[in-house]
Amino acid sequence: MNEVNFLLWVRGIGFDIALAIFVFGIMLRFMEILWLGRKPELAAVRGNGVASGMRTVFSRFLPADSNTLKRSLFMVVAGYGFHIGLFVVIFLFAPHAELIESVTGLSWPTLPSPIVDFFTVLTMLALMALLWRRLTHPVLRFLSTGEDYLMLLLTFLPVLTGYMAFHHLFLSYGWMLGLHILSVELLLIVIPFTKLIHMFTLFMARWYSGFMAGQKGVQS
Amino acid sequence: MSAATLKRGLQALREEIDAPVASFFSSCMHCGLCAEACLFYTETGNPEYTPIHKLEPMRRLWQQEFTLLGRLQSLLGLSKPVTDAELEAWQPLVYDSCSLCGRCSMVCPVGNDVAYMIRKMREGMSASGNAPEGIMGATTRAVKIGSPMGVRFPAVQAQARHVKNDTGIDIPVDVEGAEYLMLMSSMEIINFPEYMESVARIFKQAGKTWTISSTAFEATNSGIQLGNSDIAKELVQRVVDAAEKLKVKTVISPECGHAYTAIRWEGPNLIGKPFSFEVKHIVEVLDEFRTAGLLKTEGLEEARLTFHDPCQLVRRGGVIEPPRNLLKMVSQNFVEMEDNGKMNWCCGAGGGVSANEDAAELRLTAFKRKKVQLESLHVDTLVTACANCRMQLEEGLEVNQMDMPVVGLTEMLAEHLVETPDDEASDDKIKIPAGD
Repeated sequence: MNEVNFLLWVRGIGFDIALAIFVFGIMLRFMEILWLGRKPELAAVRGNGVASGMRTVFSRFLPADSNTLKRSLFMVVAGYGFHIGLFVVIFLFAPHAELIESVTGLSWPTLPSPIVDFFTVLTMLALMALLWRRLTHPVLRFLSTGEDYLMLLLTFLPVLTGYMAFHHLFLSYGWMLGLHILSVELLLIVIPFTKLIHMFTLFMARWYSGFMAGQKGVQS
Repeated sequence: MSAATLKRGLQALREEIDAPVASFFSSCMHCGLCAEACLFYTETGNPEYTPIHKLEPMRRLWQQEFTLLGRLQSLLGLSKPVTDAELEAWQPLVYDSCSLCGRCSMVCPVGNDVAYMIRKMREGMSASGNAPEGIMGATTRAVKIGSPMGVRFPAVQAQARHVKNDTGIDIPVDVEGAEYLMLMSSMEIINFPEYMESVARIFKQAGKTWTISSTAFEATNSGIQLGNSDIAKELVQRVVDAAEKLKVKTVISPECGHAYTAIRWEGPNLIGKPFSFEVKHIVEVLDEFRTAGLLKTEGLEEARLTFHDPCQLVRRGGVIEPPRNLLKMVSQNFVEMEDNGKMNWCCGAGGGVSANEDAAELRLTAFKRKKVQLESLHVDTLVTACANCRMQLEEGLEVNQMDMPVVGLTEMLAEHLVETPDDEASDDKIKIPAGD
């Protein structure tokens, strides 16, 4: 397979397959969760679960309390760095936005490439920091499974290959861009079936938590 | 109750897995933040006490049976089934090192209610015969004798007689049509007799009718701590039957945290229908009396004091302000501890931990967190509203050679009641029980 064929495949059939698995997988996971249902609350509730559920969906983007923040500052800083960096890189890089517009018709302003470049480096540094933490902190080392490390790697690859393609490092632009797209496709395929599904299910988790707490009059 | 087996345990777990549980397990990133919120981890540094790890067997069961990928893996023989030995190994994690305080549930970035799941995990542990002996013993006593500490009704009557001798107030028993049904915890009956007296004096001043029940005086629900919904339901049903028979408007959960969660929130769900009466914690009722002007106090405590929030009141029950309103009524040097209110640290002994001998050493290690909180405040007195917390606090203070009285809030309020001249002589406002 030459460079052109490789690029054509990852941009064509490869992308279609990955996207199909991604969308099907997410729907499957949502159904797997929702079909389990839950029992109605029979106790006399204090408050509106709906308002509280909505609030918790957003409030958990912020640290819960100063004590826990202090105790977990490294994870919080590296975690924010990674998530903000990744958001900027994915959505505010002009070529990405153009791709999204060509598929969905939705468009928004983007950032100049040097700024996105900065966030790319930030994202990679944050991921490395998270890896280091996972390897050295007693709780994280204890909790971590093969999946945890594999997901760090699979998340790192698209960022790294994107950075290398943009800067024309190592391989020709075409090959590197192809690898970049391939690594994204790999990520799309694993998201529904790994802990990376949290990007969608965390909204349900927060909703349920906030809803149940709100019924008891607890601001969670 | 049929014999406990792994099969029954796994089946119990399957029945407990609902949409919230699936969304929680799906969302966990292994970030470890829940450990930082758990005093069993912070005070021991043992990563095994990371809250989400305490659920690992249940998570695997969910993954293997409730997700497509997991089912495929199982078909191909690629998954490790949950074994009895594994559940046994998890006993110290699910019981000894968890008071169901729910602090972890407050900090999880993805919003996992870990305590909600530990409660469910215990159903599987108990059904598979992997619950600690201490809690099983307490539960057996609760079912057979009527109270987890083996207290029988005559012991309550004896206390009632003491109150009568000391104050002249009759403790109403089985009075039909009383407004309130007062539950007690064994801890109070055995260790804190001042609670009953305080309640009697306060209700007399407020002019409210109340009663205790000879068939349902115990508030503690060991079935929930053990994780056996059938038993928990039976214990709730006793209270419901008594409340309905006596036609009370409100059932009062005593100064106990988990008892409140049990009857207030789990109760109707356990018996499968809404209650025909209200359930309130005693501090909620007292705060209502205060608002209605029925609570007349005089004098202020001069001691510098602070309040220990029982976890089930603040985090799992939504009762944060009432104890503070009441404390401010009778004290002039009330100071808040760090992380007070909904983020207050647990005493270390709730949710069955105090009934579990295996956890005796660990719970006193966990107390170090409260010690740190207290030391930075330089207070003279510690007030709380849970007899179980109070026992743990008293023991922890003693072991750490910290000289500080621990006082129940109801009792502190009663000490400041304005005594009216006819108090000694008249029992008008209290109904005298028939035939007693």
